[in-house]
Amino acid sequence: MKDRHKAFANLLVRRRWMLYLSLSVLLAVVVCGIFAPYLAPHDPSFVDFSHKLESPSWDYPLGTDQLGRCLFSRLLYGTRVSLGLALLIVVACLLSGLLIGCLSGYSGGWIDHAVMRVCDAVLAFPSLILAISLIAVWGAGWKQMAIALVIVQTVYYARFVRGLVINLKQQTYVTAARVCGTNPVRILMRHIVPNMLPPLLVVVTLEIGWVIMDISALSFIGLGIQAPTAEWGAMINEGKSFIRSHPRLMIAPGAMIFVMVALLNLVSDAFGENKGFGSPLRRKSKST
Amino acid sequence: MKLYSYVWKRILTMVPVLLGASFVSFLLLRLTPVDPAKAYLSVSNIRPTEEAIQAIRSQLGLDVPFWTQYANWLWQLCRFDFGTSFFSKLSVGSEFMNRLPITAALALVSLLLAIAVSVPLGIVSALGKNRPIDHICRFLAFLGASLPQFWLAYMLIYFLSVKMDWFPLQGAESWRYYVLPSFTLAFSLIATYSRLLRAGLLEGLEEPFVLYARARGLGTYAILTKHVLRHAVRPVVTAAGMNLGKLFTGTVIVEQIFGMPGMGGFFLESVFHRDYPVIQSYIFVMAFVFVLGNLAADLIQAWIDPRLTRFEEKGGK
Repeated sequence: MKDRHKAFANLLVRRRWMLYLSLSVLLAVVVCGIFAPYLAPHDPSFVDFSHKLESPSWDYPLGTDQLGRCLFSRLLYGTRVSLGLALLIVVACLLSGLLIGCLSGYSGGWIDHAVMRVCDAVLAFPSLILAISLIAVWGAGWKQMAIALVIVQTVYYARFVRGLVINLKQQTYVTAARVCGTNPVRILMRHIVPNMLPPLLVVVTLEIGWVIMDISALSFIGLGIQAPTAEWGAMINEGKSFIRSHPRLMIAPGAMIFVMVALLNLVSDAFGENKGFGSPLRRKSKST
Repeated sequence: MKLYSYVWKRILTMVPVLLGASFVSFLLLRLTPVDPAKAYLSVSNIRPTEEAIQAIRSQLGLDVPFWTQYANWLWQLCRFDFGTSFFSKLSVGSEFMNRLPITAALALVSLLLAIAVSVPLGIVSALGKNRPIDHICRFLAFLGASLPQFWLAYMLIYFLSVKMDWFPLQGAESWRYYVLPSFTLAFSLIATYSRLLRAGLLEGLEEPFVLYARARGLGTYAILTKHVLRHAVRPVVTAAGMNLGKLFTGTVIVEQIFGMPGMGGFFLESVFHRDYPVIQSYIFVMAFVFVLGNLAADLIQAWIDPRLTRFEEKGGK
């Protein structure tokens, strides 16, 4: 038994070490993104044909692309775009998911039934394909992409929140509050929502990574953020024609996506509750 | 008998989901900022005069009430008639049938590859828990969860096609063209499946019946194949069903990168042409395949573990 305790303690220490390391690297990347205007050696969209497709040098740490723009600066600015937009989307999803999930889970009855049927209909589609079709209807662009992703993802959040609400609703303290005649909105805000935060935190860290991946995939196929903007997926799309002569144009932005997603995965994994690198949102529910 | 009634019940639950999916795909066309008739005219390079728009509207069936249109759409779907493409003027159904074999082959090969690799990987990883081999497997799983698919595809192209010249770059003429795309698609699946299998096996190996089997003198191999694997495989089957969506999303991107003339690439082309009938039909077909995949996963599970059907009948969970 003692060995087992020791092993467990070791695991905790190792996990904590992982958490601190990945969190600090993540923080460093975020800070670099925020202070990109001060850190970037060049303007990310400054076109200079006299310096096109240059190899890495002191002036251009990662070289330049086909239009003579500084690759390093573009990567830095790309952090802002990807991370900012991903945060925006995740927060929007979280808010709408909380609203719908609480309404559906707490009220129960026909409202719950109707909401869940709508969710089922949306969940019948592979999510990114539905997002692509929504963008197809509205036209390409970052706003359309954001709205499409929010609509598609909200359903997962709503279902997850609903499950949590139904669980928490049965707690004694909620019943006690109801007996006292507290109004439902207050019960939700004071007793239910705060208790959902820990699992939601894990979900959100993981989802930011997934949304970054979705954004870059959509921008890569030309439906999301459009070309002149420094966004990693769009940069890979631009760089792919130079795969033979200048592979770094496509390797570097991809590596950035990978690092970001990997860090977020590590952080949420260290927070626990997440087995198998799959978001709890995507797990098969035992609803209805 | 019990299995039969379970199968029927499970098939019946598909009906409302598919109805909902057909409605969502129908609604998609009503969300367009431009009139679909005008879109049709602009794709066909016809000047949008008033009478031309009216003619196209009645041709596309847009001049009847909303619910009649939906009923027509449903009736079309029942007959597998997906309308005519705005762009090529061919029937969408035949366009799909021409491209389906490539996508189906790609998806199937990827799925089989993923299973063939992840099962041994999961077993090795669980048996050698916390040994180097386990760490390697877990690192692979981690990579699979974090690597963007389209980037992985380009890295494979760069290292194996451009530098080594082992595999052809673009097309779908022979089996050699399928190697890189299916590996790209399988990679993230391998990560998920092997991790799930590892967790399932580790849990299963703690069960009392394993101890009993050991006491009876059974070897590790026999215990694994006869007792533990059967249960550990279940979450993998569920994941395979759930992941079908991810797999098909992957085919959209991968087919475009590798220039394979399959359904996914066709769908993306149609997105850029605003070929609404194709988009609408494609997402319905995807929903259908996705729902069917989940059904298959559930049925396989019920077949592996008949207890599941009994739980269902009690009306509990």
